[in-house]
Amino acid sequence: MTDRLTLTGIVKHYPGVIANDGVALEVAPGEIHAVLGENGAGKSTLMKIVYGSVRPDAGEIRVDGQLVSIRSPQEARQLGIAMVFQHFSLFETVTVAENVWLGLDPTMSLAEVSARIVAKAGEYGLDLDPARPVHTLSVGERQRVEIVRALLTEPKLLILDEPTSVLTPQAIERLFESLRRLASTGCSILYISHKLDEIRTLCSRCTVLRAGRVTGVVDPRDQTNASLSRLMIGAEPPPLVHRPARTGEIALAVRGLSLPKRSPFGVDLIDIALELRAGEVLGVAGVSGNGQQELLAALSGEDSRSAPDAVVLLGKAVGSASPGRRRNLGLHFVPEERLGRGAVPVLSLAQNLLLTRREAVRAGGWIARGALMAQANAIIGRFGVKAGGPNSAARSLSGGNLQKFIMGREIDAQPKVLIVAQPTWGVDVGAAAQIRAALLALRDAGCAVLVVSEELDELFELSDRLVVIARGRLSPPIARASASVEQVGIWMSGLWPGGPTEPVQDIRDLAA
Amino acid sequence: MIALEARPEPSQLYAWLSPVIALAMTVAVATLLFIALGRDPVAGLRIFLWEPLNGTRAISEVALKSTPLVLCALGLALCFRSNVWNIGAEGQFVLGAITGGGLALWFTANQIPIGRWAFFPLVIVAGALGGMVWAGIVALLRDRFNASEILVSLMLVYVANLFLSWLVFGAWKDPKGFNFPQTMSFASDTNLPRIVTGLRMHWGLAVALVIAFAMWLFMSRTFGGYQQQVGGLAPAAARYAGFSSRRALWTALLVSGGLAGIAGAFEAVGPMGQLTPHVSTGYGFTAIIVAFVGRLHPLGCVLGAILLSMFLIGGELAQSRLGLPSALTGVFQGVLLFSLLTCDTLIGYRLRFGNRSRAVAAS
Repeated sequence: MTDRLTLTGIVKHYPGVIANDGVALEVAPGEIHAVLGENGAGKSTLMKIVYGSVRPDAGEIRVDGQLVSIRSPQEARQLGIAMVFQHFSLFETVTVAENVWLGLDPTMSLAEVSARIVAKAGEYGLDLDPARPVHTLSVGERQRVEIVRALLTEPKLLILDEPTSVLTPQAIERLFESLRRLASTGCSILYISHKLDEIRTLCSRCTVLRAGRVTGVVDPRDQTNASLSRLMIGAEPPPLVHRPARTGEIALAVRGLSLPKRSPFGVDLIDIALELRAGEVLGVAGVSGNGQQELLAALSGEDSRSAPDAVVLLGKAVGSASPGRRRNLGLHFVPEERLGRGAVPVLSLAQNLLLTRREAVRAGGWIARGALMAQANAIIGRFGVKAGGPNSAARSLSGGNLQKFIMGREIDAQPKVLIVAQPTWGVDVGAAAQIRAALLALRDAGCAVLVVSEELDELFELSDRLVVIARGRLSPPIARASASVEQVGIWMSGLWPGGPTEPVQDIRDLAA
Repeated sequence: MIALEARPEPSQLYAWLSPVIALAMTVAVATLLFIALGRDPVAGLRIFLWEPLNGTRAISEVALKSTPLVLCALGLALCFRSNVWNIGAEGQFVLGAITGGGLALWFTANQIPIGRWAFFPLVIVAGALGGMVWAGIVALLRDRFNASEILVSLMLVYVANLFLSWLVFGAWKDPKGFNFPQTMSFASDTNLPRIVTGLRMHWGLAVALVIAFAMWLFMSRTFGGYQQQVGGLAPAAARYAGFSSRRALWTALLVSGGLAGIAGAFEAVGPMGQLTPHVSTGYGFTAIIVAFVGRLHPLGCVLGAILLSMFLIGGELAQSRLGLPSALTGVFQGVLLFSLLTCDTLIGYRLRFGNRSRAVAAS
């Protein structure tokens, strides 16, 4: 049988880097084929080449045995190739439906497009409002738009780049079912992920990339996590050591925090209560867009509309205090968006230190440049940030390295409370292990750590206790030891005792 | 085929070269324009690029016109870097001319004796206050009502000009001025001290250069300047850090208004020596081009101001010597800004020539 997709000798140079170096890939019709590799291994580049948004410097692409030259995503779509990007390619100022419309038959009316979005989203259990402008959507919701957009083109080959990070475990199951159903109709799927368990569950073949080269083509069902890791990074990541917690005083207490949403598409926070003790990690699970952004803004001080005593930090009422004041009291925050929020893209690493650190600022606001450089160098060294030096622009770093720098910047400040959103989103396996280890070390040193993540594995790995956020409400805490993935997954739909949606009205609630 | 390819890093080289290439493109357009108008292009270019610098008197005139341009552009550079789009420096300039000139008029009308050097700091303060009040209106409306500072600052230019006309056609009109719309000439005590006797350039130039240096220190070496720029580069990062966007707004507008006001006051008590409805010849608008040509860098603003002053003088010379319309200055300013914005693409992108898909097809 002719392969659906055959790549041979694909080479792609970027200035200073070889992203793909003689890569070969074969995907049979109806096959779910995994592409595994660390961030920077060349997976995304390879997929963009298949999708026509990047031209290879050399190499051959065959679709159904025919030699093709894919010059644009439009041509790729005409060949029946659809893609869900990891980094979203959506226009922020227009609505979901209008974004989807761009990739479809232009003769269709917007109302038809909206109806098809709702239908397709329902089919796969993805909750989506076609009328919402994209800039109001969270990261997870944007990814849903991408998935639905790709499915609407009824593709022969669907490329999915890390699609599950924003779904509940139940929704992942449903997505996998849908993907298997899709594959059984003859559609091939290229599945890019770093989650080894998922690849083993879903895929029948796996091409592993390392530094732009293929290091193996294996059946993942015959492999262990360790053997796949070795192919991927050349070594196994060190196991995470999780010592029993020695909790102390309450460091951060939230009581009766209710905040009306600021944007029409935000989420109202309703009567949030939580207690975070020194020396523990509290994980906040939830599907994105359920109030995480709003809760984080209320805790960090970026949204300071709360009543003063709704947020109590180390005994001080700070509900209406600015981020700077909370930071002075010892609360540090690592936001989800690294470029543009956690760091200014065009400024150097050293200059980015000044966002949250004042050690190099002398009397009268004078910046001691020598001290600033030394401080940046120390953080780069201590946290193993791969960068040209303290003068490298933040945007020149890979996602993982920038995250290590930002985490380093906040950890180095010896915070009493550290709040981290999506600590390892888009970060390679090695860096993720390092970041998690640093968080646990901080906890062991007596810091109170709050982790908001959409990856349940990560929360189960890090947390001492878990809470779940759904529709702007927070569940009661459960100890990790007594929590199960299934239970937390159900709670993620708001189905905890007294939660926002107690009786199941609609099966779709489970996946939303 | 020419393709644009994103650079991994913005090019420092092109950040510097871009204004130079833009100037070269402007010269090329100018050459074509002179030929089309049937004039000798060499003579035409000479008028714009050489004559303004030919001789002490000419250089003094360039320095005279550069002074208000530098002052206005410095404030605008700070605004633009802070993501505050003040395009009404012209109005703030006129208000400074009114308050600075008004002070000189008060001294003149009441015949109060004062030395030139004693009056110098007073007129700086008066001009700055006038410009700050005018820019403060913009800041207030933006802060309280979220009104677009672009529109408000631009509209206030017309209000300022009409206010000036109202004064010089009315209360401040010179009783012995044959009903011309102008104030009496200011007493010589209130004139700006000149650097060289007989040349019109004045010590305001030194003030402008000192402020340029101070602005450079503020932007690159102080935490206050850092906060301003983070607000412009990444507003979400500024919110995350806890930098006040309101403070940045007020700082940018008050500083920029103050500097434009000083420029206006200098113009009134310097080369003008009285107030007329036409105290500004568009310095506040030209300064926008100066700020961008100067890469929003304080020292770049000084160089940009010199270049644009040469254009202004060249336009006047082209009119008197070659019989060309002085509107050429505006044309060249526009071509320069347009070319500059085009060339700035090269900072983030490189040009690639040739058909790159050949390599794929051949292999």
